[in-house]
Amino acid sequence: MKKRYFIPLIYILFLMLPIYWLITMSFKTTGEILSGFSLFPQDLTFENYRVIFTDPTWYWGYINSISYVTLNTVISIAVALPAAYAFSRYRFLGDKQLFFWLLTNRMAPAAVFALPFFQLYSAVGLFDTYLAVALAHTLFNVPLAVWILEGFMRSVPKELDETAYIDGYSFPRFFVKIFLPNIKAGVGVAAFFCFMFSWVELLLAKTLTAVHAKPIAAIMTKTASSAGYELGLLAAAGTLTIIPGAIVIYFVRNYIAKGFAMGRV
Amino acid sequence: MKTENQKAWLFVLPVLFLVAFNALIPIMTVVNYSVQETFGNNLFFWEGLGWFEKLLNSDRFYSALGRQFMFTGSILAIEIPLGIIIALSMPRQGFWVPICLVTMALPMLIPWNVVGAMWNIFTLPDIGLLGYFLNHVLGVSYDMTQDPAAAWATIIIMDVWHWTSLVVLLCYAGLVSIPDAYYQAAKIDGASNWAVFRYIQIPKMKNVLTIAILLRFMDSFNIYTEPFVLTGGGPGNSTTLLSIDLVKIALGQFDLGPAAAMSLIYFAITLLVSWVFYTLMMKDDR
Repeated sequence: MKKRYFIPLIYILFLMLPIYWLITMSFKTTGEILSGFSLFPQDLTFENYRVIFTDPTWYWGYINSISYVTLNTVISIAVALPAAYAFSRYRFLGDKQLFFWLLTNRMAPAAVFALPFFQLYSAVGLFDTYLAVALAHTLFNVPLAVWILEGFMRSVPKELDETAYIDGYSFPRFFVKIFLPNIKAGVGVAAFFCFMFSWVELLLAKTLTAVHAKPIAAIMTKTASSAGYELGLLAAAGTLTIIPGAIVIYFVRNYIAKGFAMGRV
Repeated sequence: MKTENQKAWLFVLPVLFLVAFNALIPIMTVVNYSVQETFGNNLFFWEGLGWFEKLLNSDRFYSALGRQFMFTGSILAIEIPLGIIIALSMPRQGFWVPICLVTMALPMLIPWNVVGAMWNIFTLPDIGLLGYFLNHVLGVSYDMTQDPAAAWATIIIMDVWHWTSLVVLLCYAGLVSIPDAYYQAAKIDGASNWAVFRYIQIPKMKNVLTIAILLRFMDSFNIYTEPFVLTGGGPGNSTTLLSIDLVKIALGQFDLGPAAAMSLIYFAITLLVSWVFYTLMMKDDR
């Protein structure tokens, strides 16, 4: 092994330590956690996980989170695809200004939007629904999806479009049958990012929900304060929130580096 | 070359409607609040620019802003060089590449409050792995809830843990796009490692590095959940960053006017700095 590989190795070890600690704690009883320090669980317990999988307030949290995240990903990609195509292929009045304005929404501090969003979504009767959170998260996911997709679309030569039109393809057929397969990777990466940012965001999701659409992360915060110091349960719930991310990341593993560069390398 | 076509606007319309609904209406609400005073019961009185004046003259705002810049500055100063070093030393091909990339990306996919909770458990003085190690093995007295310096170190290390991988992945994407021929040519010319870094790798990474700095600036400047869960802004006010202070004023004290004025100034600062990065980035891009 080359000597320089020690640097990433040590870095990965550093990344894994807190995660290891979270997972270890999830297999301990709260009593064992509070009674003292131990590197491994002394008497292994699955009780924390059993509670989560049998108590509806817990497992509905996961269902709620997955639901609005999926809905958000679908909406974001659906509206971002045509827009990104327009930005990558045409010049039009105000295109650069519009592109920057879209990006400014990615820069907006969520804390600024929390209260106005609460009032807006209450006013239109969407408060405490999946749709409210999904739409609110499009604020930062749509600009990001447009940015990523535009980067990938730009690397597809324009001749592809022209050849298809000469061959008599209509625009919708060309877009679905020829263009989309060419930017498959880009769509995958954009969907991954929408999933990621919707999954990890909590402030807006918490502000816009009360009972029916409450995300798992918000349920954790509530438990942490109301049920005293249930560290084992909290650790188990936290461990379970890592799994969806690990699964989606596996699907885009080959494009992940290019994806993080927004197709701009 | 792109062709001029005004019909392209039709393609952009859905995005425009959606983002306008989500961005314009709330911003107008905020602007509205920022110039009025309310005593509850939906009674509002014209306040003019009073809130802005008060805010710009208050020590509380400047100290939160100062802490915010200190936080963003520190994490950029650590994460950018560290990210470059790690990306340079990673294998370029082979079995380990996807494994490295996936494990490195993992922290970014953990919900932000779980990140905060996880670091809380990790740093508890007597029962957390790091806290126990520092206090009982190294004999350093470390308690985040008592000592502002420890609290600061912890939120910075937590952010380094959480986001350095973003810089690594971006730089790595830049590095793998360099054709082998460049390196061979450098070898024939007898270029030193430094010369290869300075004249081949840095120019290739420039674009992605600007994206990395832009994203890290925006996200760290807007950070709320992780430090809030970890320290709650304490001990005292020592880790109360801008967002934490803003949420305290808006949702805690329900002072809508001052909170709105603060929101607008806050957003304006983020926008201004981001715009500078963006122009730099797009200069060679279009």
